[in-house]
Amino acid sequence: MNEASPGPLLQLRGVGKRFPGVIALAGVDFTVRAAEIHALLGENGAGKSTLIKVLTGVYEASEGEISFEGRAVRPGSPKEAEELGISTVYQEVNLLPALSVAENLLLGRQPGLGGFINWGATKRHAREALLRLGLDLDVEAELGTLSVALQQMVAIARALDLNARLLILDEPTASLDEHEVAELFKVMRRLRDQGMGIVFVTHFLDQVYAVTDRITVLRNGTLVGEYLTADLPRLALVSKMIGREVNDIAGRSGELPAPDDAAPVIIESRGLTRRDALHPLDLTLRRGEVTGLAGLLGSGRTETARLLFGIDQADGGELKVRGEAVRMASAREAVRLGLAFCSEDRKSEGILPNLSVRENLILALQGKQGIWKTVTRVEQEALCAHYIAALRIKTPDAETPIKNLSGGNQQKVLLARWLATKPALIILDEPTRGIDIGARAEIEALIGRLRADGLAVLLISSEIEEIVRNSTRVVVLRERRRTADFQGHAIEPEALMRAMAGASPVNGGHS
Amino acid sequence: MSVRKKSISPVLWPLFGLIALVVLNLVLNHGFLKITILDGRLYGLPIDILNQGARGLVLALGMTLVIATGGVDLSVGSIMAAAGALAAVLIVKGCGLTLALGAGIGLAIAAGGANGLLVARLGIQPIVATLILMVVGRGAAQLITNGEVVLINNPTFEFLGNGHFLGLPFAPLLAGGLFIAAHLFLRRTAAGLFIEATGDNEQAARFAGLAAAHVKGLVYVFCGLCAGLAGLMAAANIRAADSYRMGENMELDAIFAVVVGGTALTGGRFLLLGAFVGALLLQTLTTTMYNLGVPPAVAPVPKAVLILVVCLLQSSHARRWFGGLFKKGGVA
Repeated sequence: MNEASPGPLLQLRGVGKRFPGVIALAGVDFTVRAAEIHALLGENGAGKSTLIKVLTGVYEASEGEISFEGRAVRPGSPKEAEELGISTVYQEVNLLPALSVAENLLLGRQPGLGGFINWGATKRHAREALLRLGLDLDVEAELGTLSVALQQMVAIARALDLNARLLILDEPTASLDEHEVAELFKVMRRLRDQGMGIVFVTHFLDQVYAVTDRITVLRNGTLVGEYLTADLPRLALVSKMIGREVNDIAGRSGELPAPDDAAPVIIESRGLTRRDALHPLDLTLRRGEVTGLAGLLGSGRTETARLLFGIDQADGGELKVRGEAVRMASAREAVRLGLAFCSEDRKSEGILPNLSVRENLILALQGKQGIWKTVTRVEQEALCAHYIAALRIKTPDAETPIKNLSGGNQQKVLLARWLATKPALIILDEPTRGIDIGARAEIEALIGRLRADGLAVLLISSEIEEIVRNSTRVVVLRERRRTADFQGHAIEPEALMRAMAGASPVNGGHS
Repeated sequence: MSVRKKSISPVLWPLFGLIALVVLNLVLNHGFLKITILDGRLYGLPIDILNQGARGLVLALGMTLVIATGGVDLSVGSIMAAAGALAAVLIVKGCGLTLALGAGIGLAIAAGGANGLLVARLGIQPIVATLILMVVGRGAAQLITNGEVVLINNPTFEFLGNGHFLGLPFAPLLAGGLFIAAHLFLRRTAAGLFIEATGDNEQAARFAGLAAAHVKGLVYVFCGLCAGLAGLMAAANIRAADSYRMGENMELDAIFAVVVGGTALTGGRFLLLGAFVGALLLQTLTTTMYNLGVPPAVAPVPKAVLILVVCLLQSSHARRWFGGLFKKGGVA
């Protein structure tokens, strides 16, 4: 239905966005035509949200051109973007829950005269706007009393009422149930048939195949490609998202030893579970092994790590560390038991931005030793000197605030922070995300050294090659449960991907 | 250790302010810095400033650590009043001095503990949590004194506010001693690091295995302790517990002192020395205005101006802006 549509509604050419030390987006082309639903896909850190923020004027593009309806534009704020006709509905609805539906719909532009609001007209207008979506709501109800799905509908109605020609839906279905998703899709299709361009961001592949016409895939801030949904099988889509072309065979390091079932168990979970996070999970991590935890976004990888490390508490199942049952009530306890966890979110869960490299590096060790048994300044400097050299951390000196380092070097400092505690198990959640190729290779080499030194490593990665290159065993999670495992030579990209994607036929899976 | 010269220490700005103020005073009153010795004790305006500033110093010490965790404690003025009131009433009733002082300090620690509980355990915004005690504390103080000013006649107690030790005024000595003890404790143990880590990124601190919630709670307890001590010093200084006026607006002075001293309200790095200089600066200003005969009702205005100037000096943004103006003006 959209093959023959005229000039594109929105066109991005070579758009890039740089932050100090990080390239979030580089040379991305993105085209949305009128009357199409266009999925924007990619794993965490692929650049989806950066792209959307550039489109909606939250960020200014560092390079490239944006044209909307044939005119070059450069939205400087979300308000400017809305005035151009680009509206966004976020996962967390950003309306005012304490105001009525009608007020939310017309906020800032209520009809009236001389500062007095014409309530009759306001309500009438609001009712009409909702009817366009096929909704018959009480417009005087407080917005906060409605379900998230209906709030989202109100947000969409507001966008339409602002005369949007391009609607961006940023993970709108994350908190909706099946029926609500179906309702949303109905509205999306209706809007498309009225000629609107819709950008749909989601990580539910079933939904992509259910509702979209085209797909654009991003990875590591660059464009992978644009495809017609009907022409792109699910497996091919997954391989594009996680970055493995079908003919690109990832080399599996020949040095990897065969898994040894007799190696001492460091940590073992039986039926470990947490509501809305993870179905009961059995996992055994052994000394001298790298266990890869593979799965798509939302498959429960990070949730597993958080449960093992005591960030979240399990509400079922048991956890044993070196054979002893533990309750793992806090990260503090996990550290005391010899665990370490490099979170995927370096910025909010890793670095102390204004403190020095030295302070960041010794933090976990000092925390483990408590307040009185200080790591002396001499020891601190020796540790810093050792790790700066061993991990080749590029920093002017150990007293530089860590925020001044590049992402890769920050990551190395965080690795050093944990290695300094001499852990028995280290959990690495996306250890190479957002860092440059050189640092990436060094971190992978380090993982090999840690394994050889007898640590247990749990490697979480959305990059399938990274898992294949470094793991002696692999556990695949899908929809928050363990669905497959592999070891030795069976660890092979094709097979992993099949397990991660679930059902293999196109448009397969449940609805 | 190499010293990096790129950034000026934030302590220097309030120090400049202090020096400027002293110079101004010297111009207006040549005898400003004159210190006389009477009966083997020091007297003079600088000694007055130290004596009157001692309470502010003690409050600023506790407040620095609270602010370093990204919080704030609005209740210190009321805790002062409550602690002072309790001690005064007990002394008047004839209880032993130790018991009276202990009860005052104990009450203050309990109040700090309540703040810590609300903030660290229940996750209430520090400004709201401590506002509760700011109101409740003053009410409790009035309840304790029955709404009256309790006069104290106890020379030993008075020593805390007006005494001399080896010819030097005792109150500032105590405040200075506390600063040194706190500095040694914070920097020789890992406490300072834990506080700064919690303030800089609480979540990351927790992920690194620190007991961030405990750290946050304990700084309020310490801040309460400091407030209690300041309350006792204030009562001793005027030989009375005025539950209505004691510690009034002192929480604001304490916050000002900390901020002027270069500790950011957003938390993280703290500078004890900065808070020390900041508190002295504020007291010098207050004394100066008193000596100049500025009516108390107007006095907050120059204070506000001074704080604004120091804060602008500390902001690299503002410095650049002023620098730009200066350059343009110079060329034209």
